[in-house]
Amino acid sequence: MMARLLKSREALLAGAIALLLALVSWRFPGFVAPENLARIFNDTAILIILALGQTAVILTRCIDLSMAANLALCGMVAAMLNAAAPGIPVGALLALAILTGAALGAINGALVWQLGIPPIVVTLGTLTIYRGLIFVLSGGEWVNAHQMSEPFKDFARAELLGLPVLSWIAFLVVAAMAVLMTRAPLGRAFYAVGGNPTAAIYAGIDVGRTRFAAFTLAGAIAGLSGYLWVSRYAVAYVDIAAGFELDIIAACVIGGISIAGGIGSVGGAVLGALFLGLIKNALPVVNVSPFWQLAISGTAIIIAVVANARAEGRARRIILRKAEVLA
Amino acid sequence: MLHAPSTSIRAKTPLLTLSGISKGFPGVRALAGVALEIFPGEVTALIGENGAGKSTLVKILTGIYQPDAGTIRLGGAEVSFRAAHDAAAAGITAIHQETVLFDELSVAENIFLGHAPRSRFGLIDWPAMRRNAAALLDRIGARIAPETRLRDLGLASRHLVAIARALSVEARIVIMDEPTASLSHKEIAELYELIERLKAEGKAILFISHKFEEIFRISDRYCVFRDGECVGGGMTAETDHNELVRLMVGRSVDQIFPKTAAEIGAPVLSVSGYSHPTEFEDIGFELRRGEILGFYGLIGAGRSEIMQALFGITRASSGTLRIDGKAARIRTPAEAIAQGIVYVPEERGQQGTIAGLPIFQNITLPSLAKTSRAGFIRLAEEFALAREYTARLNLRAAALDRDVGTLSGGNQQKVVIAKWLATRPKIIILDEPTKGVDIGSKAAIHAFMSELAARGLSIIMVSSEIPEILGMSDRVIVMREGRIVASLPREGLGAEMLVRAAAGIREAA
Ligand SMILES: Nc1ncnc2c1ncn2[C@@H]1O[C@H](COP(=O)(O)OP(=O)(O)OP(=O)(O)O)[C@@H](O)[C@H]1O
Ligand SMILES: [Mg+2]
Repeated sequence: MMARLLKSREALLAGAIALLLALVSWRFPGFVAPENLARIFNDTAILIILALGQTAVILTRCIDLSMAANLALCGMVAAMLNAAAPGIPVGALLALAILTGAALGAINGALVWQLGIPPIVVTLGTLTIYRGLIFVLSGGEWVNAHQMSEPFKDFARAELLGLPVLSWIAFLVVAAMAVLMTRAPLGRAFYAVGGNPTAAIYAGIDVGRTRFAAFTLAGAIAGLSGYLWVSRYAVAYVDIAAGFELDIIAACVIGGISIAGGIGSVGGAVLGALFLGLIKNALPVVNVSPFWQLAISGTAIIIAVVANARAEGRARRIILRKAEVLA
Repeated sequence: MLHAPSTSIRAKTPLLTLSGISKGFPGVRALAGVALEIFPGEVTALIGENGAGKSTLVKILTGIYQPDAGTIRLGGAEVSFRAAHDAAAAGITAIHQETVLFDELSVAENIFLGHAPRSRFGLIDWPAMRRNAAALLDRIGARIAPETRLRDLGLASRHLVAIARALSVEARIVIMDEPTASLSHKEIAELYELIERLKAEGKAILFISHKFEEIFRISDRYCVFRDGECVGGGMTAETDHNELVRLMVGRSVDQIFPKTAAEIGAPVLSVSGYSHPTEFEDIGFELRRGEILGFYGLIGAGRSEIMQALFGITRASSGTLRIDGKAARIRTPAEAIAQGIVYVPEERGQQGTIAGLPIFQNITLPSLAKTSRAGFIRLAEEFALAREYTARLNLRAAALDRDVGTLSGGNQQKVVIAKWLATRPKIIILDEPTKGVDIGSKAAIHAFMSELAARGLSIIMVSSEIPEILGMSDRVIVMREGRIVASLPREGLGAEMLVRAAAGIREAA
């Protein structure tokens, strides 16, 4: 039943996206031209990738507020290394960014696991620490395009079969995460731990270790995104992606990932990110002022939360309704 | 469709009359035109297989669900309950099958949440609340201090708190959905007394149970549910066991527990000097291959606590463990599972099922290694495994990919048992395996246990149900206050002996 419900929820979101496209293209037919759609997808690619990392964390009933700071720190490390030693191959830098991100995510996970500190507190703390570290490393200086090597900047933008590498990487991550979530025991453990931690313990699943794995995975994804970000925009500074953690969480929430854990899908998170990306791209086209853009994005989030809460209420009625008896 | 042949019935007027009550869920018709009458000063027993719709009816009567069709009349006037407080205001209270209480609050707060006594200024009157809570707990014979935090209580005590909560509102109709499932015989006896008192006060009681002895002992009337319909009813004194079973299941069920003689082999698990700082002391026993070892005792005797330590949920402070004669250590459930020991917990809601995951994924959760190839789960094998075990246990579900939370209480219990049997363990610990399970399914579970024992599986069965202990165990260990007080062989074992040992009464020499 849950699968059916999710499917219909995803269908709903896909419908909303189609409607949005139809509305905009009615006035600006060029908006739905394949090149433009591909451009919007590429624009949203990093958000999609990050939202999938966050999905893993949220499924285990945790949250990672430090993803954007992690991204910025890994991006800065890659950019500074490239500026200092242009000879290091891009592949090595990419691997380094992923490993650094995974290590930073593992710190979050270890604090949650070993010290039992609530995830929101841990990642609020590490969010500030990681941002602070960027300042310490860079001394507040920017790494600009002219300091970066050509291969470094070209990596994300290079085209392969008509699409930028960045888009291809997003496809790859989506596919890998879909397999992980539906076909790997670890993915199943994410759902179990978030759905009912006590029963997960009885099933022989180590709740702390599973959460640690989710945080590490999210960290690795943030690291990957860090390199992609600085490569794409060809600049690195302390404040890149500042506040982006909220976009990531919003994408998950719109996509139907339950903040209470245990419910959600890769497809939902991808659609949620796409929806957000589309709004950001469409509203300027139809000449909506930046203030209204924010308000509309916000409204979309609230509508999504209400819709999801309803759907969840139906799925979990037995528990929710009984709690009402006592209330 | 209520059959009411007896003349004594017509003399009374019903307090509550239901007619044509129907309720559907996606893909399931839980109730299909139920008619039922409940009389003051009488106990009406509601019986039926797992998933027959009993709890759904309770939820409709308490305003948690709204019926799709039908009318409810209370003392002649038609009523409709749109929320739980409507039903409470109309004088209907219920002990639900799955008790939902608040872990972090005290017992007194749990009992009075939402209707706490107020002081003159409209604030909660704490002393009065504690006093009233103590009085209520005393009334049901529960020895629990009102200040205790709920999280510190075991399952049975929690259940007593839920009973106290139901009785804390002034009610004319008291509904009890399997109230004795988590209690031992001592608390059950107190509950029966309480029911007698409620009857004498003129309350109408609706009593749901799968236990036939108690239905005959305390009910005046009965109504049998099958597939959401009342298929028969009348005065309890005018029916018998066989007729009820036939109405319920549509065939007769062998009531005798079918433990077949199995070849008892070498010891597979030896425990000695096993102790825990607060829960149990100096526990020693041996479990052999093909044996069913029963653990009997009163609630709070420490049986579940030992099992949780054996399974690695908690740690024993001292003692040794040998598996197949070799010293072993178990620190986590994963280690226990790896050594072939699994534990079917008593509290299925919290410790058993994962709501939000489909039924088949709940079952395969600890067996994923078996249904995977090269690290990838194979959905077809997963489904096949789930289907095999749920079929053996009589699970009634619309489809195996439904959310496990949509199953009836007894069917969730079967999911939890199936989950652990599917791991093909060497040793299985079953904690109250047939709690809340209907009579037909119970026979199926017992038959399956026998078959597994015959194939060489060793079973520890914790049970508070004396017939189950007597019928299924090769040997019975009786516990009292955290210690083993007797280890009795199957031959010559009687109910009296068990009860005496558990209560600490010495046999007259
Ligand atoms: N919230 C729900 N969503 C979907 N189906 C439900 C829901 N609640 C109950 N059902 C279905 O309705 C039917 C009746 O369930 P109910 O809980 O009333 O059974 P029951 O007679 O109380 O069984 P048990 O003896 O196991 O407690 C079952 O098939 C169950 O799966
Ligand atoms: Mg029920």
